Parts: sequence; structure tokens; C-alpha cells
Amino acid sequence: MLAIPLSYNLRNLTARKTTTAMTALGIALTVAVLLSVSALVQGLRTSLAASGNPLQVLVLRKGGTAELNSVITRTAFQDILARPRIAHDEEGQPMASLEVVTVIVLESKENPSGININLRGLTPMGFRLRDEVKLTAGRMFRPGHREIVAGRSLVNRYGVYLGQKLRFGRGEWEITGIMDGGRTSANSEVFADLNQLAADQNRSTALSSVLLRATSLAEVQPLINDLETDRRLNVDAMTEAAYYAQQTSSAMPIQALGTFVALIMSIGSSFAAMNTMYAAVARRSSEIGTLRVLGFSRRSILLAFLLESALLSLIGGVLGCLLVLPLNGLETGVGSFVTFSELTFSFHITPQVMITGVVFALIMGVLGGILPAASAARKQILPALKSV
Amino acid sequence: MSSATQQPVITTRELTKEYRRQEYHVYALRDASIEIHQGEFVALMGPSGSGKSTLLHLIAAMDRPTGGEIIVLGHDLRSLSESEVARWRNAHIGFIFQSFNLIPVLTALENVELPLKLTRLSRRERLDHARRALELVGLGDRLSHTPRQMSGGQEQRVAIARALVTDPDLILADEPTGNLDANSAKDVLHLLTRLNQEFGKTVVMVTHDPHAARTAGHVRYLEKGRLLPNGEVPEDWAPIHA
Repeated sequence: MLAIPLSYNLRNLTARKTTTAMTALGIALTVAVLLSVSALVQGLRTSLAASGNPLQVLVLRKGGTAELNSVITRTAFQDILARPRIAHDEEGQPMASLEVVTVIVLESKENPSGININLRGLTPMGFRLRDEVKLTAGRMFRPGHREIVAGRSLVNRYGVYLGQKLRFGRGEWEITGIMDGGRTSANSEVFADLNQLAADQNRSTALSSVLLRATSLAEVQPLINDLETDRRLNVDAMTEAAYYAQQTSSAMPIQALGTFVALIMSIGSSFAAMNTMYAAVARRSSEIGTLRVLGFSRRSILLAFLLESALLSLIGGVLGCLLVLPLNGLETGVGSFVTFSELTFSFHITPQVMITGVVFALIMGVLGGILPAASAARKQILPALKSV
Repeated sequence: MSSATQQPVITTRELTKEYRRQEYHVYALRDASIEIHQGEFVALMGPSGSGKSTLLHLIAAMDRPTGGEIIVLGHDLRSLSESEVARWRNAHIGFIFQSFNLIPVLTALENVELPLKLTRLSRRERLDHARRALELVGLGDRLSHTPRQMSGGQEQRVAIARALVTDPDLILADEPTGNLDANSAKDVLHLLTRLNQEFGKTVVMVTHDPHAARTAGHVRYLEKGRLLPNGEVPEDWAPIHA
């Protein structure tokens, strides 16, 4: 139980408003930097995690790290289709999608030289395997036509629009539809008809990947083992979730840099909190002596000042959370080192991210407050009472 | 008049407080022996640096002696650990400071309640006790005032309420009227007399104000760190007849 009332600490903080505000602001800015980075990484993780259905298996060429550098032939695809453990739809069709993935360059005001965007050729089955993807405007591309459907983020970030014609490959492609990929990476991709795109790219026989749905979660690993042990196929197979999870590494440099900056700032903020608390201890020396005379122990004094420092940093932590809140939902993108294309996603400020910020602030406060609190607790009664 | 009994509540024998700095030895108090009995009101007088505050601080266990014995309320203060001293002081001693030493961010009621936070009393009981103590010192209408909103005399009365709220056996006052005007000083001395006579509290007060010392039942003088024999006064000082 705390012997010295909490109101004592709270009122001391409000009694010196400017000092409290300046120190809390310093802590808030540090927390804001950390939370911005965390929200960015969280957003990327959410996007990639949502992109991976745990029932689905992605098949790439042996040694292929990404769809972009993978080659799967139509013959291999036919072999794969015949495997057991692959789910079938109500019409008895195996739920497997042969896809071709390439990259196009999309220009924007922010990036006049252009940004790589994933262009995916697929069949209607490919759409069916992506439950979250919905057409929100226009219509689906028609087989055999140079028509494409663009992800929602491309509209927001690159200003693409329905009816727009993009030039790549052997001609102009018309945007006939806009799709909403929910939280998935489909938002930052362009979908086209598999055969049309493969022909346009001279890849009619050498396509990129196969996406499969297993009959149940229990059959996922046996299906992967079955595919990988077949030497004729010469493929690597992994869950779709695992494939996207490895792409989180794209955000690692940003996360490392952001965390480094936040850590450097946190040292500064801890010293600011320490300075504020040392000043408080010096100014309230006589109060400390009085509390000791009234019977409060050194431990109570230590806890009171530590608590005050923690409260100060808590104010900073909450302020930091409020500062980054407007970022929530803001779309951004990172270049993926796996797909060599941009992956767009939204800053995601989750309760967990905010708790991280508050805990981070509290750690700064406690670390900054521990020495001043100890010096308050160490004070001898008479010298403390005599100091002005 | 005080209702003193024969039981000493404070006994010191050759009590000494010496400060050493390299080759210098300074005696703040030297070989002070005194007995103060239950229900006495004793004033300690003397010029600045005579050792009167040092003696009071040693009685309150705010400082440790470097020699001699000190037994207060049956406790040999030298044998108590720091945490035992803190608990003992909270339970048995009410201390009144010259500069009031109220916590500026707390109200009068909260200041008086503060020492009770270390007891097992419920919040309601604590506030009841604090309210009654403030009413006793005539500040029942100033409960929610902070020290800044009160006069010096009122602040010292809050400090007296804080000193008596735990119902201590011993009230120690260090120059309680030193920062007050004549009227406020009179009120404070009247309160201390009441605590001694009506409530039977033992009061030890340090002062160098002869008028304040006259309210005590007994006056002891100190000079150059030595407690003068009973009835003896420092050179150039007129004796005070309590």
C-alpha cells in the first residue's frame, strides 16, 4: 500500500505545469516515433497475415524465393491438379490456380520515375481462392482481352481510374474494374486474365506459381510434403501464410531505424525526466524532511517520487498515443525485397501498439526517476529540513 | 498549571552530539542530563547555537547522539533501527516546526490526515479525526484551504492539529511562535497550554522568546552546548519566572 497519497504526486505535477508539460512532451515525441514505426510494421504484418489463408499452399520452383523468380510449367500444373488432398468446389473443379506474376512500372506525382507494381495473371479460380477480394467498381476483365482490375490502394496512391489505359507489354491495357482486397496485399496489385497476360509476356508455358487449397488444415502439411518429395515436379511448397510472413522482412530496415531513433530519443527523454525529478527533489527537500518526521519511511519517499516520475511519463505516453492516432488507417507502401514491387498497406494503431507506447513511456519514467527518487529517500532529516 | 506526575517520559544522561570535521571537533550538545515528567510543559531557552534545538531533535529521534543515553517514553532511542524510529515517532511524537512545514499542495484536512495514513484507520476514521483536530484548533471552517490560502497563524494551527491528530504522548515544538505576529503567537501558545492542561500532553518547546517561555511550567537554559543546572541562567540573561 502506498502511504503517501497519490494526490500528493498528482498535485505536485499540476503545480509546476510548464515543467511537467515540457517533460511530458519530450516523452510524447519519443513515444510517437516508436508508435509510428510500430504502427507501420503492424500494418504491414496485418496486411501480409491477412493475405495468407492457412488452408492454402503456394507452389514455387525449387529454390524460388518469390513468385517473381519462379517458373511453373503447365505440365507440372496438370500433375499437381491430380494430387489428393486438394479441395474441390461444388462443381468438382480442383481449387488450384495457375498464375503468372510480373512487374509493371506505375508513375505517380510522388514518384515520377515510377514504382514497381505486381501484375498477376489468373483465372476465375484464382479469384475464388482470394476470399477477401471483392470487385467494388466496374466489371471483371474478360478472358482474351487486354483488360485489368486494379487494387484499391493504387487508386488512392497512384490515382489510377476506371477506363484508364496503361501501356505495358505489347500494348495498352484498360482498367475495367477496381477491387477491394480487404486487408490483403491484393490492394496493391493489378489482376489480369492469365492466358492473355502470359501470351503478352511470352510466358505461355513458363508461368510463375500455383495456389492450392487443401481439403482441411490437417492435410496442409501432408500436401506440402507430397509436392516437395516428388522429384519430377521439382518444386518448393509452403503455406500461403508462411510465404507472406517472410515478406515482413521488407519492413525490417524501417523498423530497425525507427527503433534505433526511438531508443536514442528515449535516452534523452529519460534524462529529461531525471532532470525534472532531480529539480523536484531539490525543491521539495524540506517536504521530504517533514514527511520523514511525520513517520514516513525512506521506502515510502522512494516510492512516492518514483510514482511521480511514472505518472509524468504516463502523461507523456498517453500524449504520444494521441499524437500518432491520426496516422491510423493512413495508406503507405514499402518496396518488398522479396517481390521487388511495392506493397501498400495502412498504418495500424492497435491497442497492443498503444500499450507498447505507454509501457515504453513508463520504462523511460521509471529509469529517469529511479536516481532522483533514491536521492530523495537517502536524505537525512535535519539537512533536508534546513534546505530552502 | 501543568499536571506533572513523578514518572519521567524523557531521561537523558550526559547526552552529547559532536560534529567532527577533519581535526575540528564541535560540540552541539555536551553532557546534557535532564528528566522531564509526564504532563510537564518545559521550555528550553538559550541563545542561538546553545544546543536547544539539537536537544529537541535528539528527543524526537530526528538525529542520533554521539554519546550518552537517551530514553524517551521507555525506549532507548539508540537501540531502535531507522524504521522502528519512524514508526515510534509516528505513534508517540507530535512535532511542531517554526516554519509550519505544511505540504503546500495538500489542503488543511489532507495535511492533518497525513500522519494517520500510516495507521490502520479507515479513510472515514482518518478524516473524522483530522476534522476534529482542526475544529479543536479553531479551523473547522478552513478544511479545504491550502496553506497558501491561510495566514501564518492559521498555518501554525493546522500544524498543531497535525501534531496532535495521532494523539501523541509527547508534543515537541521548535520555535513555534518564531514566524508569527504577536496575536497569532498568543493563539498558538494558548493552544499548547490547553493541550498540556486539558489533555495532559507533555510539551517540550524550544524558544528564545521570554514571553513564550513564560507560558511553560518550567524553563531550562542552555549555553554553548551545555544544559545549565536547574535555576541557572546564561550570563546577561534575566531569569524567567514561569
